Amino acid sequence: MPDKKILLETKDLKKYFHTPIGDLHAVDSVSIKIPKGETLGVVGESGCGKSTLGHSILRLSEPNSGQVLFDGRDILKCNKHEMRKLRTEMQIIFQDPYASLNPRLTVSETIAQPMLVNKVCRKDELGNRVSELMDTVGLASRLYNAYPHELDGGRRQRIGIARALALNPRFIVCDEPVSALDVSIQAQILNLLMDLQEERSLTYMFITHNLSVVKHISNEIMVMYLGQCIEMTDSRELFKNPLHPYTQALLDSIPVPRLQSRDKKRKIIKGEIVSPIDPVPGCRFAPRCPKAIPKCTERDIPLRNVSENHQVACVLFEK
Amino acid sequence: MDLNMEEQMLKIKDLSVEYTTDEEVVKAVNHVSLSLNKGETIGLVGETGAGKTTLALTLMRLLPKVSSRIPQGAIFFDGVDLLKLPESEMRKIRGEKISMIFQDPMTSLNPVLTVGDQIGEALELHMGLTAEENEKRIDEILRLVGIDEGRKKDYPHQFSGGMKQRVIIAIALACEPELLLADEPTTALDVTIQAQILNMMQDLKRKISTSIILITHDLGIVAEICDKVAIMYAGEIIEYGTVKDIYESRDRHPYTEGLFGSIPDLEVESRRLRPIDGLMPDPTNLPQGCKFHPRCPRCMEACKTVQPPEYVDGTHMIRCHLFHQEQPLV
Ligand SMILES: Nc1ncnc2c1ncn2[C@@H]1O[C@H](COP(=O)(O)OP(=O)(O)OP(=O)(O)O)[C@@H](O)[C@H]1O
Ligand SMILES: Nc1ncnc2c1ncn2[C@@H]1O[C@H](COP(=O)(O)OP(=O)(O)OP(=O)(O)O)[C@@H](O)[C@H]1O
Ligand SMILES: [Mg+2]
Ligand SMILES: [Mg+2]
Repeated sequence: MPDKKILLETKDLKKYFHTPIGDLHAVDSVSIKIPKGETLGVVGESGCGKSTLGHSILRLSEPNSGQVLFDGRDILKCNKHEMRKLRTEMQIIFQDPYASLNPRLTVSETIAQPMLVNKVCRKDELGNRVSELMDTVGLASRLYNAYPHELDGGRRQRIGIARALALNPRFIVCDEPVSALDVSIQAQILNLLMDLQEERSLTYMFITHNLSVVKHISNEIMVMYLGQCIEMTDSRELFKNPLHPYTQALLDSIPVPRLQSRDKKRKIIKGEIVSPIDPVPGCRFAPRCPKAIPKCTERDIPLRNVSENHQVACVLFEK
Repeated sequence: MDLNMEEQMLKIKDLSVEYTTDEEVVKAVNHVSLSLNKGETIGLVGETGAGKTTLALTLMRLLPKVSSRIPQGAIFFDGVDLLKLPESEMRKIRGEKISMIFQDPMTSLNPVLTVGDQIGEALELHMGLTAEENEKRIDEILRLVGIDEGRKKDYPHQFSGGMKQRVIIAIALACEPELLLADEPTTALDVTIQAQILNMMQDLKRKISTSIILITHDLGIVAEICDKVAIMYAGEIIEYGTVKDIYESRDRHPYTEGLFGSIPDLEVESRRLRPIDGLMPDPTNLPQGCKFHPRCPRCMEACKTVQPPEYVDGTHMIRCHLFHQEQPLV
């Protein structure tokens, strides 16, 4: 993708958490590029560092090293004041629609809050703007003064989306925005996010563990395993030609809504998940990998190009 | 109609549940009847706000005390009406015979106890193991849900959402319950771990005939592990049947039809999904007639005023006027 304009890029981004028994490698040298107006899907096991990656990019959690370039500018070098301005352009829709909302604020107050804090809207226009946003995300106007605890998960997530849209951002980290929603609402929200993307040329990093969703919404997909990117390619290629054994296992475990799949013996990958704390060199999936060979654990396996737009970190594809 | 009455471990009869907020009444569950046999898994599927969690919380008798009300109904578990039990006896049933995997992992773990201690607590309460056996079992259970046992001394905030969810599943399964209420147990998990957990639930079912009510949005999971399916809409069960009835019958409730249409299909390339238009009705002000009629693509005159009765064909029940002619003679 030589002539596409890259809006967001990370270079060797690392985020380690200190724990009493060592460093937990939550994000370990992740390099991504997202072209303007496109969506990078991020999939991977729970706990593999997807949310931490999203938080590190927005500096909600300070990375240990590496670079985050937004529109060419290294945001890890920005001071508080510059960061504040940048925050209006980079937003996040949180994974947990329960924990991410302040229980003491009503729906309208929650959505209005970022606009008040950043003073982007006149007081007398605020009410209208909130109603407009509620309408955009499909929240009934009767909920204007409702509190989050009175609402079900789907409606709470709509509040999160409205809040993220309030400042007209250019880039949104969508952290499992539809996981808590049922399929019909999920489809509405996915359509909504895609429409918004088209209208406003938004750029998304879309985190999910739902592979049918990620295929549907992403241009490119990155597969993560224990803090590292193990495969990256465009959406169609990944589903047609998955190379990493972990990616293959992922695609193999998707439940499909047909009864025929019942008889198909589910392939369960066995083995211990390696601890992310001070991991030893080598492929972190190796202990569970059906194709593992001694070479896998001898040294770190770098990400390699197997074709122009397909990268994988697996000894099976090293020349 | 029920051939094996004695096997029926759970029978919900005409149950309704309401919440009262400031001045409104939310009708969250409306006249639900449902029964479950020993060792059977039923999928409870429906849109956000349909009342699924409320129904499960009612079974556990864990509804908020002040703001909820059960105007009618009964819940027979092993022949005893749970709604009539004193709290002390209900407490014994909870955790020992019925356990629940809660939808919201953040609030159901204790933030000041380590993960290992919380699993240990559940075990101690129900099994009477020695300290050493307890530790061993904790490690075993953690490994079972795919968490490195070295992390048992961590606190919940040090875990990711999905890892917390796995801990909750571990706790619920630890005591080998007779009835497991699993409220979206795998939504936060990736498919490889999901497959392991579904497998664990299947094992439990085989090993000790645990009956399971599986609340989910995922029609794929239902197809894989459920025996029966109940589709819930606006507090009512609008379709019920065996998985074969729901997945392969030519007759389906238009709402169920819409649910299937909303799933992004891996085998089909299309950018836009075809979800059901509109939103779930306002539960404080439910529509007349069929509660789905304002969103229904096949709405008829009768639907707007007359509440559809249950049309039953063998094991398959549909609450929709479209199936009027097909009502069998009883
Ligand atoms: N504040 C923290 N302190 C210590 N460890 C943390 C902290 N936050 C996250 N971690 C650890 O970092 C790793 C990555 O967590 P993260 O929340 O990014 O995972 P995730 O991929 O988003 O998972 P999920 O799909 O379950 O949301 C996990 O091992 C987690 O336990
Ligand atoms: N404590 C409460 N006070 C008032 N209303 C409530 C309360 N809890 C739930 N409700 C309302 O009751 C209805 C049913 O909610 P419930 O949580 O049972 O739905 P659900 O089917 O589990 O949805 P989801 O798929 O989002 O979890 C919703 O309209 C919800 O807003
Ligand atoms: Mg996460
Ligand atoms: Mg619920």
